[in-house]
Amino acid sequence: MTGPDQRAKEPTLAVDGLATHFFTKAGVVKAVDGVSLHVDPGEILGLVGESGSGKSITGFSILGLIDPPGRIVEGSIRYKGRELTTASDEELRSLRGDRIAMIFQDPMMTLNPVLRIDTQMIETVRVHHRVSKAEALERARAALAEVGIPSPESRLKNYPHELSGGMRQRVAIAIAFINKPDLIIADEPTTALDVTIQAQILAEAQALCARTGTAMIWITHDLAVVSSLADRIAVMYAGRIVETGRTADVVNAPRHPYTRGLINSVPSHNVRGRRLAQIPGMTPSLINLPKGCAFRTRCPQAIDACLEPPPISAIGPGREVRCFNPVRDPQSATAEAAP
Amino acid sequence: MTAYIIRRLMQSAAVVLAMSVIVFLGLHVVGDPVYLLIDPQADQAEIERTIRRLGLDQPIWIQYFHFIKGALTGDLGTSFVHGTSALKLIVERMPATLEIAIAATLMSIFIGIPLGLYAGLKPNGFISKSIMATSILGFSLPTFWVGIMMIMVFAVMLGWLPSTGRGPTATFLGITSSLFTIDGLRHVAMPALNLALLKISLVIRLTRAGTREAIHQDYIKFARAKGVSMGRIVGVHLLKNIMIPVVTVLGLEFGNLIAFSVVTETIFAWPGMGKLLIDSIQTLDRPVIVAYLIIIVLLFVIINLVVDILYSVLDPRVRIGEKAT
Repeated sequence: MTGPDQRAKEPTLAVDGLATHFFTKAGVVKAVDGVSLHVDPGEILGLVGESGSGKSITGFSILGLIDPPGRIVEGSIRYKGRELTTASDEELRSLRGDRIAMIFQDPMMTLNPVLRIDTQMIETVRVHHRVSKAEALERARAALAEVGIPSPESRLKNYPHELSGGMRQRVAIAIAFINKPDLIIADEPTTALDVTIQAQILAEAQALCARTGTAMIWITHDLAVVSSLADRIAVMYAGRIVETGRTADVVNAPRHPYTRGLINSVPSHNVRGRRLAQIPGMTPSLINLPKGCAFRTRCPQAIDACLEPPPISAIGPGREVRCFNPVRDPQSATAEAAP
Repeated sequence: MTAYIIRRLMQSAAVVLAMSVIVFLGLHVVGDPVYLLIDPQADQAEIERTIRRLGLDQPIWIQYFHFIKGALTGDLGTSFVHGTSALKLIVERMPATLEIAIAATLMSIFIGIPLGLYAGLKPNGFISKSIMATSILGFSLPTFWVGIMMIMVFAVMLGWLPSTGRGPTATFLGITSSLFTIDGLRHVAMPALNLALLKISLVIRLTRAGTREAIHQDYIKFARAKGVSMGRIVGVHLLKNIMIPVVTVLGLEFGNLIAFSVVTETIFAWPGMGKLLIDSIQTLDRPVIVAYLIIIVLLFVIINLVVDILYSVLDPRVRIGEKAT
């Protein structure tokens, strides 16, 4: 494992052994259970996993937006060396939206329906910076122009319901970028949009990050989306990261059986006329995880050792996998996996 | 917007007209006022004279026609009992009723909304649970009983507040009201609180339910993710979203307070309109009853119009007048 001290420059964000549990009546839901990741300045990290894998909770944990019955029980979150898990509410609030921003999944729900766009943008500036209303409005206008919204002047006067879904998500992105943050956590921001808009938003987000040097954690269940966007990928399963590495490495040569299953189930990887490859079974209940490796029950190559929880092990520069019996030759394994 | 208001007012005129027919006909079915009005010793000639004087010898449609003709010139008939204009009788009593209605509505806004917000934001706390339990009492205890108990405690036992009647009035900005004198306010306090108790409970419950629903919405979480302070989230983001049902209920309840606060006015001997209505029904004073109900219908129509206009202020998705229906 590469600690932050071993890297030359300080990462924008370093999460280490983060565990966020929800204490419900039915039992303790271990939504995030020992996640470690880091993002360097200007880097885009794709956090991939299926529903319920804990990827969104990881994002909310970083922002300090976990509400009871949820709680961060373990681990550390360091933003530029500053520990966030022990920071006060006020400290976190002053970071949120200013240094670390977030974009949500459903643009129809994220903007307040009864407030005008300008109100929602100006407040984002003015809660963090002592600037005049006119100055804040000018920044809002510039931010809208930045994300490719035509005639931002008049859009500012609109209410959210007067804009389309794609337009609203652009506004949300503009709000996230308005204070030029160091890190943006994007929680499936293109999932609710149609494919053409999705492509535009992806391109714009990527360009914005490159232009402003903002680091980004792009949370998604769609490997195809991040493979064209992210510098690095972290694959999550049942509250843990099971594989990380540079995007090309992970996509072309997955080492964890779960990652391989995800890649095989992308339709373009399948031969026409053949049944779509899928991962058997479903995600385990987070209250009652299987003993040992959480993926064991669905894994085609589980061995006896998998009854113990596998540690994460480095298998190359910046490449880690959490598996006792990783995929040796990804190419032949692809053929094997298809029944 | 203007076109919308004009259209609404025309619809209202139709409602008032229909209402007047129903009331007019209905009242002619329930008893004959003549025998309540005249001296029991009067002879047949005297009775005939009275009937003719009151215009009751005419067929009902002629009576109704006379009434409408008068109404169009602002004359809603003359009280059988008092011998004065029915409209004047009602208008004289109106300020007293408006006073307690406004005071009660202000109480439900300034007590109900903060308590409801608190109970919605901290639903599991002891204080919230106490607020909700008390609001059930506010709902279920009968008004007359609470009124009597209040007089017992605050007027008889503690002697803090006067038990009945309306206090001295003062004129401020051209309005004469007992709300502008200290003693007047002391008189208003109990009847207004008595009326407000149910409304406060209603507003608490509505506000709490709205808060519980809105607080889990993405836009609240997004506002938090933007670093907006909790105060602004509650005061701006949340409150504006939950005000619509509260405004609706408060509007309708305000109409109810003016029109039908009969019980409270009776208990506290408050010289308001509700008491006038009851007295008029007992003496079958038809013109006063008709005039009263027509004024109440107008009142509700106006309140509903104001509430609808408030909607469009509160919720930009409601745009009055754009739809052609």
